[in-house]
Amino acid sequence: MSESDRKYAKSHEWAKLEGDVVVVGISDHAQKELGDITFVELPTVGTSVHAGGECGVVESVKAASDIYAPIGGDVVAVNGALEDAPELINQEPFAGGWILKLQPADVTELDALMSAADYDATL
Amino acid sequence: MKRTCLYDVHVALQARMGPFGGFEMPIQYAGIMAEHLACRRGAVLFDTCHMGEFLLDGPQVIAELEALVTCPVGSLAEGQCRYGLLCNPEGGVIDDLLVYRLGPESVMLVVNAGTQEDDAAWIRGHLGATTTFSNRSDDTAKIDLQGPQAPRMVQRLLGDAIVGLRYYRFVQTLYRNEPVLLSRTGYTGEIGVELYAAPDQAIAFWNDCMELGAEPAGLGARDTLRLEAGMPLYGHELNAARNAAESGFTKSIATDKSFIGSDVVLEDALRQQRLVGLALEGRRAAREGDRICDRQGMTVGVITSGSYGPSVGHAIALGYLDAGHDATVGTALCVQTARNELQAVVTELPFWTEGTARRKVNDFLEVQVKGESHE
Repeated sequence: MSESDRKYAKSHEWAKLEGDVVVVGISDHAQKELGDITFVELPTVGTSVHAGGECGVVESVKAASDIYAPIGGDVVAVNGALEDAPELINQEPFAGGWILKLQPADVTELDALMSAADYDATL
Repeated sequence: MKRTCLYDVHVALQARMGPFGGFEMPIQYAGIMAEHLACRRGAVLFDTCHMGEFLLDGPQVIAELEALVTCPVGSLAEGQCRYGLLCNPEGGVIDDLLVYRLGPESVMLVVNAGTQEDDAAWIRGHLGATTTFSNRSDDTAKIDLQGPQAPRMVQRLLGDAIVGLRYYRFVQTLYRNEPVLLSRTGYTGEIGVELYAAPDQAIAFWNDCMELGAEPAGLGARDTLRLEAGMPLYGHELNAARNAAESGFTKSIATDKSFIGSDVVLEDALRQQRLVGLALEGRRAAREGDRICDRQGMTVGVITSGSYGPSVGHAIALGYLDAGHDATVGTALCVQTARNELQAVVTELPFWTEGTARRKVNDFLEVQVKGESHE
């Protein structure tokens, strides 16, 4: 079951509005599929991304996967703890395993994403 | 897709299953990292029933195998096994295998799952009329129990057969009143055994070991463990198109005999590349097929295996460097991946230097047995 306080992209990222920024991570389903995460490439703070654009890479023992921005915006923060502890994504995908924060260009883009129930139904 | 006799056990343990060598095999249970570290610290079980076992008997079997595999066969004592390569006439590797000397005129070969049928056809085609060949793969189960706790578990379950058993030696003994072959070999860099048994005994052994605290491990951890130990995986470091000698596993290649492919394999000038270990700077892994470049950006080789190394704490890789490149241990190189350029340094193998595989088994047993060791 995915957390119901946020929205989900088909590419398995979640987006959660906190104040005027959107926190982004990957779903519990995605971390389970990837297996033990060994490396996370974080975007540079200040870069702009569009909805669906690449904004990082998550590597597991077996494979590497791109992270796509669920909505467009400017990267205002990244989770530096993942550099030394990428396993946080496995342990707490919806909390301590967050990946980046976006200042959204258009917050209504969140409406195009799936609810937790709709996302879970696609799995 | 074939299933091993342990399939139901894996399903009950909620393993993630995947295809390997024509079998539906467990890829992971708790997770690759946890299983990998459990092998280095405790003991893990691998289902290796997918591997192939051939029994060969006859007065000419030793001489015939001597001409088929790269390793010396005639010098094997009864109760001893050896790693070798089966080559084609061009010096490429048809398979890598273990040769067990069961008796004066009796040998067991253990081969990879995916190559088993081709191996059987190739070997049979090179045996004389006096040698019998029996493919026992379907009725021989195999379990690897690996890790520093493994000898103690074997002692509890099989008694003193393990006492004094040296690396690459084996004994034929009884387990639950049925014959089994207990071999002090493995594919992890840690001390342990490979047990060959009938399916019922194998399932019992698996469950008995779990009760003693062994953890199940899948092919994912098997791959990271062997990579840290600097061991080759057929289809990656070794294949039919690559000269066996390029692997650098020259201890497995006898220079004082002729074997199929030896005209190529024993000719130094014919090696176009050589296998090297690469330590990468960070956690980011190189993957099979990535290019190895020198610091000027010239392509000088290719990666054959790569992963994060859970015990060494950084990414590691095996790859082939062009024979003309003068890299030695410490030489800085780059790996061009699909996404990035990674910094790498040529490193001595194995990457994992604290492995227990070659240590004396008696140091790992519950009760120290004095005077009975032959080590």
